[in-house]
Amino acid sequence: MSELYKIAIVGSGPAGMSAAAHAAKKGLSHVLLEKTDHLSDTIFRYQKGKHVMATPSVLVLRADCQFDAGKREKILAQWNEDTRTAGVNVKFKADVKSITGEQGAFTIELTRGEPVRAENIILAIGTQGNPNLMRCDGAGLPHVQYQLDDPGEYTDEHIFVIGSGDAGIENALGLAADAGQGNTVTIVNRSADFARAKKANVDNLMATRDSGRMTIMTETTPSLVEAGWITVDTPQGSSRYKCDRIIARMGASPPRKLVEACGVAFASDSPTAFPTLTPTFESTKPGIYVIGALAGYPLIKHCMNQGFDVVEYISGTDNLEPADEPLLKDKLKGLPGQRSVAEWLEFLRSRVEILNGLSPLQMREFLLDSEVRAYSPGDAIFIRNDQGSSLFGIAEGAVAVEVDPANPRITVPIGAGSIFGEVGLISGRRRGSTIRASEPTICVEIPRMAALKLMAQVPEARDTVNRITTERQVLQIFKSGLTPEDIKDVLAGAEVMEVRPGQAIINEGDVSDDLYIIRSGSMIVEKNLGGKPVFMSYVPAGSYSGEMAMIERTPRVATVKAAIRSQVVKLPAEPFRQLLERKPELAKRMRNEMQARREVNAFIEEQKEEFGGAVDMYSSVANFLIKQGIGEATDVLLIDESLCVGCDNCERACADSHDGLSRLNREAGTTFANIHVPTSCRHCEHPHCMSDCPPNAIRRGPDGEVFISDACIGCGNCQRACPYGVIQMDKPPPPKPSLFSWMLFGAGPGPGQPDYEWRKKAAKAGGAESPKLAIKCDMCSGKAGGPACVRACPTGAAIRVSPDAFLSVARIDKGAG
Amino acid sequence: MTQVGGHTERVRQRTHEGFLRYKGFRWAQFATALCVLAIGAYFVTATRLGRPPSGNSWLGYTLGTVSAGLIVWLACLGVRKRWITDHHYSLKAWVSAHVYLGLSLVVLATLHTGFQFGWNIHTLAYVLMMLVIASGAVGIWAYATLPSQLSHNRGETTRKQMLESLEKLDQQIHDVAQPLDRHGAAIGRLSLELTEIGGGFWTRLTNRHGDCANRRALEQLRALPSSASARQAEALTKIEELMQQKAEVLALARRQMQITAMLEAWLFVHIPATFALLAALTAHIISVFAYW
Repeated sequence: MSELYKIAIVGSGPAGMSAAAHAAKKGLSHVLLEKTDHLSDTIFRYQKGKHVMATPSVLVLRADCQFDAGKREKILAQWNEDTRTAGVNVKFKADVKSITGEQGAFTIELTRGEPVRAENIILAIGTQGNPNLMRCDGAGLPHVQYQLDDPGEYTDEHIFVIGSGDAGIENALGLAADAGQGNTVTIVNRSADFARAKKANVDNLMATRDSGRMTIMTETTPSLVEAGWITVDTPQGSSRYKCDRIIARMGASPPRKLVEACGVAFASDSPTAFPTLTPTFESTKPGIYVIGALAGYPLIKHCMNQGFDVVEYISGTDNLEPADEPLLKDKLKGLPGQRSVAEWLEFLRSRVEILNGLSPLQMREFLLDSEVRAYSPGDAIFIRNDQGSSLFGIAEGAVAVEVDPANPRITVPIGAGSIFGEVGLISGRRRGSTIRASEPTICVEIPRMAALKLMAQVPEARDTVNRITTERQVLQIFKSGLTPEDIKDVLAGAEVMEVRPGQAIINEGDVSDDLYIIRSGSMIVEKNLGGKPVFMSYVPAGSYSGEMAMIERTPRVATVKAAIRSQVVKLPAEPFRQLLERKPELAKRMRNEMQARREVNAFIEEQKEEFGGAVDMYSSVANFLIKQGIGEATDVLLIDESLCVGCDNCERACADSHDGLSRLNREAGTTFANIHVPTSCRHCEHPHCMSDCPPNAIRRGPDGEVFISDACIGCGNCQRACPYGVIQMDKPPPPKPSLFSWMLFGAGPGPGQPDYEWRKKAAKAGGAESPKLAIKCDMCSGKAGGPACVRACPTGAAIRVSPDAFLSVARIDKGAG
Repeated sequence: MTQVGGHTERVRQRTHEGFLRYKGFRWAQFATALCVLAIGAYFVTATRLGRPPSGNSWLGYTLGTVSAGLIVWLACLGVRKRWITDHHYSLKAWVSAHVYLGLSLVVLATLHTGFQFGWNIHTLAYVLMMLVIASGAVGIWAYATLPSQLSHNRGETTRKQMLESLEKLDQQIHDVAQPLDRHGAAIGRLSLELTEIGGGFWTRLTNRHGDCANRRALEQLRALPSSASARQAEALTKIEELMQQKAEVLALARRQMQITAMLEAWLFVHIPATFALLAALTAHIISVFAYW
């Protein structure tokens, strides 16, 4: 019989390795099981020289292995050294097949060699080792692979890459990059576009296709794999192709089967769900502990701390203060109620409905991202037209919503346990009304990213938020004194729909009568005039569309399609018509609005007959701007090239307002007619750059500006995520001599961004080397005069506009110039 | 700036109008009113006095002071343009006022002279001022008409891309030229080494590149007797194509530089003349008061 270890640790990533190192330091009998022949395979597989980040920076590292941000090689070497000096008992090439037994006597079967026996097991296997597999017949054949280490290895092969994410695209590009390799590369995408991938990758992909080096198959799924062949289902039917190799890159998820087979239960059936854990990381199977990415913590520091903590728990420590305790304590101090951190966590979890489903561990994590605030009666929590995308939960007290901007005394109450701010969260638009505390109130403010994470983790939270959002949005859009009771029937049949860019929700001439509410994104309305689609209007999130056919029971008069990826709520017509009968005030209001829309349409049609050219111009300019992503912009810099003299004073003003670096490139970007869209931030409704910012440094300011705070760590994620290429990585140059010493004595490089030579010389003289950080337009945040680029334009060529203001019919009069 | 609910709503300029039409020609109206007022006052005074009022009449002093003040203020545009401050200002408004008030000086300063000209410092100041205004008028014409030509010419190609495509073509010419004999290689080198894209300001402004090395290379290439070696012939055809492409990109880039030069050319008169004017104006004022 083999040795019975106190602890067996499965997986040698940051979590497992840290646990093993701590067990070794404590002198516990342990074994670290690693599938490959080296430690920490996920980090090992990072590309050569990758800079690994250490976030969140506020979190204290508590582990027996060292870790600091740095190059992949340095970190791996450090860990190898740390595990060696700690005396960790590592077993390489130990691939776990199954885990059986109970606490005190587990048996771990390996694919090779003797089983391992242990009293306790720490599962730290992460998710990267478990790629999503192809499901069609023949997917198990040996020429199907889920990883591509070196694209240069393969020559003269017919290769199919399955997947539309960056990993798949990068692999396909790598394989097609060198024509000399003679590979025939095809990329297969289940959907119509590569929406999940970075724009640079997609552009590159299209260019490679256009040069004939790759085939792209969209709306296609593989249906059968045979040796040397693949069969795919395309919109035109099924076809069979020659295929020597399939590289499937369809993401990774927790290795649920293996984990569940050990007796560990997951929080829900969702593929993104994590195992249910106690505050000591113990799973529903006593003696099996889960830490790291598999427990829902993808950050290295978290993982290493958990490795340390879990070994403490297993060895009997029960009063271990979590590493984040001081942070939470600091966060919660100054609040009324004299509660301890644990009491606060439980108080919030049990009081706020959407938090009910969280485990104590998830609560800790959640609260690190969120803020708890106390308000006195009358305090404004947010003000109408503020920018904000956070969600609020009421733990105690109640708030009053000022529904009528003209009369702040008309309010609607929201009570304890409920949420508010959800419209801003979902649509990304400004706050629709002012909300004040109506009694002493304690709220938890959940930033957008944390709220989205919460909704993904806890399905009940997602359903609650969706239900409340739809109800409130309907009430807010139609106003007219409606109550939740009035719209119950309407909402019963409501359906939330995702709409792809360019996809129509309403087609001109169709006989259908549902009403649509634009929840996020935006729509454009087009009408066929003289055989050409003419742009009629732009419908931003928070408005409705389709009321004409609903009220008048006529065929659709125009086509409504998504300008960008959008979410709409479809409301069935019949209950809504009944509602209109019951509420004459609402009916009148909708008829008035319908009349106004009809007048706009009639105006455009009439202009089209008389001045066809002007309307065509307006329509094509509008379409051009929508194509440039203006549909998701909140504030975009445009340059009228009929006025721009190319003096670049806008760039100089930008540089001089922002540490000497210009955040806009006037000349780059696209032009249509005389409208030029320079490379400059559009402050999107749902900024792509915000989606993966490890220190959460990208925020939205009070004027709607998306800015990067000092917390930036220079990882470059935002730069890669931005589809418009407006973020650059650079270090600010040293300060220049003043304008007047330049004008009078010629000191320094003069106004604008200093040239490279001057910067190099000045940086050398200054000594300290500063790191490269992400830099983008912040709309001159905090400067009373507003954006400097516009102020400094001598001819009025530079303007900043929001799409709904710019895409209005008023432009027809000016010939859309 | 208005205080709206908790935070400061900043000044936004969303209106889309050029510097000439700024705020419905506000400054044009103001300048016209100023001129009409000055002319009216001049004629009234002239009838009363029975002769044109000269610079040392009360009207002359008033017009002179206003004009001198205007000249100094107009010159400050150069500072305003480069001085990027945080508070609200609009350079467009400044330029609009600069244009119309600058033009109004033609009337104000001429009336100030009382039509008394001579070979002296006073008339020199006047002539310099008119030179500044005339060059400014050229500038207005340039700013009003050239930008659309500039935009039309470049399409969506940036200056950097033009230079990059020239570099790429050069690289290709270099590669293709490898199998050529000595004479052919010399032609290739002529295009590669001696082609100047821009040249001096005058060359750029006139867009005269008569001795363009690439053009000469193309001519010499076409004049070559047909080659016996197939390889050589193929390379020559390819090079001719590349040089032709290079000539087209050069034409585009040079036209771009020409328009840019035209947008700047008037400033080479306007700015130095302004400094000369400021000097002459100072001398004019000092001498007037010294000989009072």
